[in-house]
Amino acid sequence: MPLIAIEGLHKRFGSNEVLKGIDLGIEAGEVVAIIGKSGSGKSTLLRCMNGLEAYQAGKITVEGTPVTQDETDLRHLRLRVGMIFQQFNLFPHLTAGRNVMLAPMIVKGTAEAEARTIAAKVLERVGLGQKFDAFPDQLSGGQQQRVAIARALAMEPRALLCDEITSALDPELVNEVLQVVKGLAQDGMTLAMVTHEMRFARDVCDRVIFMHLGKVHEIGPPSEVFSNPRTPELQQFLGQLH
Amino acid sequence: MMEFTLWDVVRNLLLAARWTIALSLTAFVLGGVVGLVVLFGRVSKSKRLRVAAMGYIELFQGTPLLMQLFLAFFGLSLLGLPTSPWFAAALALTLWTSAFLAEIWRGCVEAVPRGQWEASASLAMGYLQQMRYVILPQALRVTIAPTIGFSVQVIKGTALASIIGFTELSKASTIITNATFKPFTVYAVTALLYFALCWPLSAWSHRLERKLGAAHRH
Ligand SMILES: Nc1ncnc2c1ncn2[C@@H]1O[C@H](COP(=O)(O)OP(=O)(O)O)[C@@H](O)[C@H]1O
Ligand SMILES: [Mg+2]
Repeated sequence: MPLIAIEGLHKRFGSNEVLKGIDLGIEAGEVVAIIGKSGSGKSTLLRCMNGLEAYQAGKITVEGTPVTQDETDLRHLRLRVGMIFQQFNLFPHLTAGRNVMLAPMIVKGTAEAEARTIAAKVLERVGLGQKFDAFPDQLSGGQQQRVAIARALAMEPRALLCDEITSALDPELVNEVLQVVKGLAQDGMTLAMVTHEMRFARDVCDRVIFMHLGKVHEIGPPSEVFSNPRTPELQQFLGQLH
Repeated sequence: MMEFTLWDVVRNLLLAARWTIALSLTAFVLGGVVGLVVLFGRVSKSKRLRVAAMGYIELFQGTPLLMQLFLAFFGLSLLGLPTSPWFAAALALTLWTSAFLAEIWRGCVEAVPRGQWEASASLAMGYLQQMRYVILPQALRVTIAPTIGFSVQVIKGTALASIIGFTELSKASTIITNATFKPFTVYAVTALLYFALCWPLSAWSHRLERKLGAAHRH
């Protein structure tokens, strides 16, 4: 059974149906890229996976447990599925180290000394061992996003959801973040990432999902999806990129 | 007949000003505590709590403080509860303060970007943990200036307590006027005392506001 299993997922905002029946399984250790036009429902799909959005029909399970809007279930779910956002969303009143330490301490009850060790370790892993005591506004966008990744990693999730995590970055800072994600992929982390970095999707991802009008329009290994787009919509989408 | 010197007037007014300060502090501190509870209701996930808190705030913001003082004073005795002008005034001003502070603070909580809620939720934090560790610390920075600013309104609000017979600064000035027949002198000194209490607070509030606006620091 896939780590994340989605069946017949429907999601509406009022009368606007944004997801129109999604079926998708993401295996443990798999890295999937989700691509598609703006407004095609990529973020919404990701946000349904960790309960930030409620859905109207269908089923999502993570390790066999259904994703619901029940408060206790949600917290249990989010211990296993982390999320990283386009705007970093670091806590501006806390240092990088404290950003990372907060959730382990208050959610998992990790002792402060141990949380500090964990934080130092994950910050090291994203190449920011020196920035433990820096506040977010003293860091570049790329560094902030790497702290956000470290913060998610400190909770030892089974899977990470990444929503356009390099889109808010200056072009010269994109790579340092992608390198970190690539490292995670190589270490076997399960990743679902919405991205516009086609080269990265091609090089690192196991599968690519092309979303169009709230549906999975095409899905397959990057070699197939990028080299042999079957539908005119995907052909057009890929053509527009260059 | 006795002659009153200016010093007699000032001295007596200063003594009465202690009660203005005591009442203001009581209302402000207790109002802050109650206001925090109302705030939690106002920004809660439960619609019922939100509506209840909104009703509370509207009630105290939408009626004159004077009526609230009368209702507290006469209402308590009507219920057969032991009461005094001090107690009624402190009660009414506390409730009034709590409603305004809750509303000021709500604005500050809602000014915290939605991404902060989503990021903390994604780290498996519960609602109270999000509030305690992520949202309120950020909102706090923004609330300090308007909260201190509002304390000036509380001090001026205590003047109304004179009407239910509580002897603070305003009531004292009326009493002293009746004894000295020097209304202008007495009220001028009274006004100066109010100004001496209020002006530092409002100047402080303005300075904090400017500082926050200028530097975006922790
Ligand atoms: N909170 C929301 N309320 C109402 N409509 C929304 C909301 N979030 C997204 N939508 C709508 O859902 C559609 C898909 O949005 P989104 O999932 O963000 O697309 P993508 O990430 O692919 O650009 C858009 O039409 C958008 O306007
Ligand atoms: Mg999006």
